[in-house]
Amino acid sequence: MVARADFEHSDGAEGAEVRFTGRLTLARLGDVPARLDALGPIATLDLSALERIDTVGAWIVTRTVNEHGAKIVGASPDAERLLEALASDKSEYRVHRDRRPAWIRMLEQVGTASTAIWHELLGIVGFFGAMIVALGTQIRARRRLRWNAVVTRFQTVGVDALPIIGLMSFLIGIVIAQQGAVQLEQFGLEVFTINLVGRASIRELGLLMTAIMVAGRSGSAFAAQIGTMKLTEEVDAMRTIGVSPMEAIVLPRVAASTITMPLLGFYASLCAIAGGGAFVWIGLDIPPLTYIQRLREIIPMTDFWIMLIKAPVFGILIGVTGCYEGMQVRQNAEEVGKRTTSAVVAAIFLVIVLDALFAVFFSSLGWN
Amino acid sequence: MSEEDRNHISEELAAADAVRPEKFENAICIRGLRNQFGDAVIHDGLDLDVQSGEILGVVGGSGTGKSVLMRSIIGLQTPTAGEIEVYGKTLDTIADEEESRDLRRRWGVMFQGGALFSTLSVAENIQVPLREFYPRLDQRLLDEIAAYKVAMVGLPPDAGPKFPAELSGGMVKRAGLARALALDPALLFLDEPTAGLDPIGAAKFDELIRELADTMGLTVFLITHDLDSLYATCDRVAVLAEKKVIAVGTIPELLATEHPWIQDYFNGPRGRAAAGCNIATERQDRKS
Repeated sequence: MVARADFEHSDGAEGAEVRFTGRLTLARLGDVPARLDALGPIATLDLSALERIDTVGAWIVTRTVNEHGAKIVGASPDAERLLEALASDKSEYRVHRDRRPAWIRMLEQVGTASTAIWHELLGIVGFFGAMIVALGTQIRARRRLRWNAVVTRFQTVGVDALPIIGLMSFLIGIVIAQQGAVQLEQFGLEVFTINLVGRASIRELGLLMTAIMVAGRSGSAFAAQIGTMKLTEEVDAMRTIGVSPMEAIVLPRVAASTITMPLLGFYASLCAIAGGGAFVWIGLDIPPLTYIQRLREIIPMTDFWIMLIKAPVFGILIGVTGCYEGMQVRQNAEEVGKRTTSAVVAAIFLVIVLDALFAVFFSSLGWN
Repeated sequence: MSEEDRNHISEELAAADAVRPEKFENAICIRGLRNQFGDAVIHDGLDLDVQSGEILGVVGGSGTGKSVLMRSIIGLQTPTAGEIEVYGKTLDTIADEEESRDLRRRWGVMFQGGALFSTLSVAENIQVPLREFYPRLDQRLLDEIAAYKVAMVGLPPDAGPKFPAELSGGMVKRAGLARALALDPALLFLDEPTAGLDPIGAAKFDELIRELADTMGLTVFLITHDLDSLYATCDRVAVLAEKKVIAVGTIPELLATEHPWIQDYFNGPRGRAAAGCNIATERQDRKS
């Protein structure tokens, strides 16, 4: 077995004389640094009995020399080469970023996060503006919208989402009907379950759930795709060739999500109504025909218009947020993940805020 | 330090003795290597010895499997057939986890793109292998080692806390080299270290490799396309063509062989320029 690093020491007039033995290498360092530190003043370091020394060993020696002003004796040519390489450079090499007290860092984080939210909002609005300008130039220059790209997105944003959105809405319809029925039964008014399901799904829930699903499925996909394209410099390459990334990447995606949202929202509302109808039929013994007749009586046309007005707005919002976050990706792969997350979070948050504004707005119009 | 700790350390040391680089004349020994992806045979009956303490340059046209050869040696690619021994051990057949760890400790690898961990700073990147293999090192020593390695590869003093994305191409390569050297390996693998660097940066990098190899007594396996690097750093050069190593030797020895690819390679316009330049600097050295 190879000897690990060790040392013997004897006290001299000006400090300890340390004689290293074994191998002063990273693998065999053991507790040598700690014991050296405990030793007090050191006058000489004798390296003559060392079997081998590596860069870490050389560093330990240099460190001791610098701290104690110790002399080195008996270094082999190998050791000397290593030590020389170390001694020639005296600049301060930094390892960590500057550290500040915890409370300052906390304040700083709160501050940065707050301004980040503000900048993000400004950024999204600015990006939306840039997109409108790009659309304007495209129309003025009579360049055609890239329909092929739009149709491809149709497939992924719309058609591929049909099964999951349908199933989700159907189940939500059942849940609303069931919960509503339990409450309304107490007053003997379970027939009004139909009002609840019908109006809630057409006016709010169908579209809202669709928006959340689309933000999660497609907003995130936009951000990740564009983010990766940014990382691989595809977007820069596009710019150099003279293709505007706004026209080629952003507009088709936003167009697709804007056009599909009303369709998906309407489809989701129908699925929710179907789910509610299934529960009403089985749970409350109201036949489907009566259910549909009743729906026609209670759902005003304005509910439908409200949905159709909100849907494209949500679509634009999800598309723009996804593309904006994707375009913000810089530097590394971790950014893609972060930006994708914030695309989804920002999109869902903004959709719900806007939905609340719309609710107040339409109520004050008298569209109850 | 308690008795228990001491025992633990001696156990660690006993395991660490499984691989003894200094005992081997040949650091790497490859016999009859065959690599195949589907129908495409990359290597067939490839033999190569890398002597301890030498800088071996590996050259070959694109697609001759230089990187695949390196990946086979370090165990990222299991060969279809053949044997690869590094310090007398074959990676596939090492059953003992400790032993294979010990073998990995003996080599450092610098990948073509640097392959730095993008979420860690340069100093933290260097500390990753140290933490992995020596969890008992204290933070102060870790920081000092990181600072030392940063200095050793010629990075500026403020490079340690920077993230890979904040570095230039040449600095990324140096940081990659610093991480490869973190454990003081006996064997260093470099995949195209000078690719993508400007001529001045590349020349400095060549010089750095030569210097480090001399100071630390490294064995270097250097894959390169760069003729200037070959002349400036390598002791011997292995030429990969026709699915095997067709020649190994010093550059004058290779020039003496008749193989058309070797002749084209070294006597093409770029080859001659590199050689001429090298001879000119040698003359200057002699004068001064």
